[in-house]
Amino acid sequence: MTKKIHAIINGLPVEVQAGVTILDAARQVSVHIPTLCKHPDLDATAACGICIVRVKGTAKMLRACCTPLEANMEITTEDPEIIQVRRSVIEMILSKHPNECLTCGRSQNCELQTLAAHFGLRQTHLDSIVPDLPLDETTHAVTLDPRKCITCGRCIQVCQQIQDVWALSFLQRGIDTRISAAGDIHLADSPCVRCGQCSAHCPTGAIVEYDDTEEVWEKLRDPEAFCVAQIAPAVRVAIGEAFDFPVGTNLTGKTYAALRRMGFKAVFDTNFGADLTIMEEAHEFIERFAHGKSVLPLVTSCCPAWVDFMEKFHSDIIPNFSSCKSPQAMVGSLAKTYFAEKNKIDPAKIFVVSIMPCTAKKFEILRSKEMSSSGYQDVDVSLTTRELARMIKQSGIDFHAVPEEQPDHLLGAYTGAGTIFGATGGVMEAALRTAHYLITGENPSRMEFHMTRGLQGIKEGEITVAGKTVRIAVAHGLGNVEKLLAKAREARAAGQDPPYHFVEVMACPGGCVGGGGQPYGVTDELRTKRAAGLYQEDQAGLWRCSHDNPYVQKLYEEYLGQPLGEKSEQLLHTTYRPRPTYHR
Amino acid sequence: MNESATKDDVVLIAKRWKNKRGSLIMALHGLQNRFGYVPRDAAMELAEQMDVPLARIYEVITFYNYFKLKSPGKHVVSVCMGTACYLKGAPKLLKHASESLNISPGETSADGEFHLQMVRCVGCCGLAPVVTENETLLAKVTVDSLEAHLCKCKNKEKEKA
Repeated sequence: MTKKIHAIINGLPVEVQAGVTILDAARQVSVHIPTLCKHPDLDATAACGICIVRVKGTAKMLRACCTPLEANMEITTEDPEIIQVRRSVIEMILSKHPNECLTCGRSQNCELQTLAAHFGLRQTHLDSIVPDLPLDETTHAVTLDPRKCITCGRCIQVCQQIQDVWALSFLQRGIDTRISAAGDIHLADSPCVRCGQCSAHCPTGAIVEYDDTEEVWEKLRDPEAFCVAQIAPAVRVAIGEAFDFPVGTNLTGKTYAALRRMGFKAVFDTNFGADLTIMEEAHEFIERFAHGKSVLPLVTSCCPAWVDFMEKFHSDIIPNFSSCKSPQAMVGSLAKTYFAEKNKIDPAKIFVVSIMPCTAKKFEILRSKEMSSSGYQDVDVSLTTRELARMIKQSGIDFHAVPEEQPDHLLGAYTGAGTIFGATGGVMEAALRTAHYLITGENPSRMEFHMTRGLQGIKEGEITVAGKTVRIAVAHGLGNVEKLLAKAREARAAGQDPPYHFVEVMACPGGCVGGGGQPYGVTDELRTKRAAGLYQEDQAGLWRCSHDNPYVQKLYEEYLGQPLGEKSEQLLHTTYRPRPTYHR
Repeated sequence: MNESATKDDVVLIAKRWKNKRGSLIMALHGLQNRFGYVPRDAAMELAEQMDVPLARIYEVITFYNYFKLKSPGKHVVSVCMGTACYLKGAPKLLKHASESLNISPGETSADGEFHLQMVRCVGCCGLAPVVTENETLLAKVTVDSLEAHLCKCKNKEKEKA
């Protein structure tokens, strides 16, 4: 048992486990010590100095974020001198920060702006020395403005440690320190996989999503264009945060309505594409697992940052990859073929906009020739949840009052299996439900596969279907992938049975609910609440298995034929190739 | 210098340091000694050979101002301005070198023959003040001994021409 520590914070007695920092201990007694560089996902780096506190008996002020509480400490978190030091730190940061709040992508949602407001800084006494550094928009997924960087190091920690991508680093030192793509080149030439976790963790506007809203507005105003939208699973439980709904509120119906009011002529659901992905992927799995066609484990391919990561660093596992396109890409190709044909609309006029929790989806729509399987670019623009929230606000739509609406068919109906794609483990769970049906002819008696749920970095388990054991693994956060792959490679080299039959990988911690394009301020608490919103919808739904989706059945009957059939292969599947990059 | 020769050099340097913990800086010194600076291609090759992220390599070579990212002159004259050398008259030496070569610290001469720079501590303070010219270490340097060495370098280049 760990030792308990007793101490006093601002006169309040506090009891915590040994090792808990002063910052976290203070929160237990409702004392909020201000922070700037500290993020709950990341180790404290003590870079900024905002969280200083005073400990009785020591002259030095200590940083609460990285100092463990010790027995009998008497801590003061506010006094005139502490406040003065904090104000000086903020003032120094502001002296190096461009005064561009009104036109900044993080305005009203910036941790530095908020802190400056809380401390009531009305004037600064220091000369402004904003460095003259160029924007990097080369990825067309995230925009890096190094002038706005406060060198807290969060993005680097995420990129190097959590994601193991090593696309970002600090260069130079002291006052010249700047954030840059590794090797001082453009981000697009770096190992960056465009996951956008840097933007999700940046406290300021130094890294934000690449804004594609202007192109969408233009098309919406074009009377010739037939604009259609699709929304991803994780968007529905996160968009509400931009409108002060409780975290995790499912706003599917309101989002459909808002999109129609903005001018979209049809509103589809990416969840339909998710159900379709499961149909194809579960059949692919059965082919490999039961009929020995191609290698195991089968590895999921819905996450574009993961696909990019694999092509850059692990191209030896291309044969293991599911050839299924992502749900976004499937809905895109069907909108310009199936939907167009059934409704006699010229596919050249259809403009497909996808709303995704993701910055990498902006890259996915262009990643290979299969992304134009309809004869046109299947998805024209991919927006993040954050961009959609801005568009709704700009449109003057009262998101609280707008009534809920239904999606458009043929690509709108979905099952609970499609919805849970948005949480880590969801694709695996959905696939297992349908794989069970394909093997036994019956739906599983219990729909929930709890081993795939939750925020543990790597989840492993076994299920038994018709006397056969299926070994599965789920990883989220790219840094966790290496361990799984190492195990699989070892077994392959030794000629042994693969350690897993089926592997799901999502690049972002928590899966898409924690995606790089979601509303700011993500923590494990938010990831859990957003995921809960998805699981709730799954549980309450009429259909919980992708193969039970009547519109998916109709699609196969009327158009595709069968899973993995010729037409499905042409519209719903893709290929991979190595994309070597420099060493990370 | 052809491409494969460059690669071979980097492979050799990486081999020497690869299995020694904390030796990235030594390998980078190796690169700079070989090429006179740290060329990008060589840094990328070193990353590959030593299994170190390129990000890490650039963090190091931009942190320490000793490392150069651009090709310097043929003769790199480094005047140590560390504490010991400074007290023993390094500023005077720097001023002299600057006048003799007609370039400011940090600059390369127009003909590409000389590059002058300040460094902070070469690690042999007992020999202060210290100046290095490429691999040659000049100890207990005076203005006269420095000028003599610079003349030797200049004459060598003239002879070659």
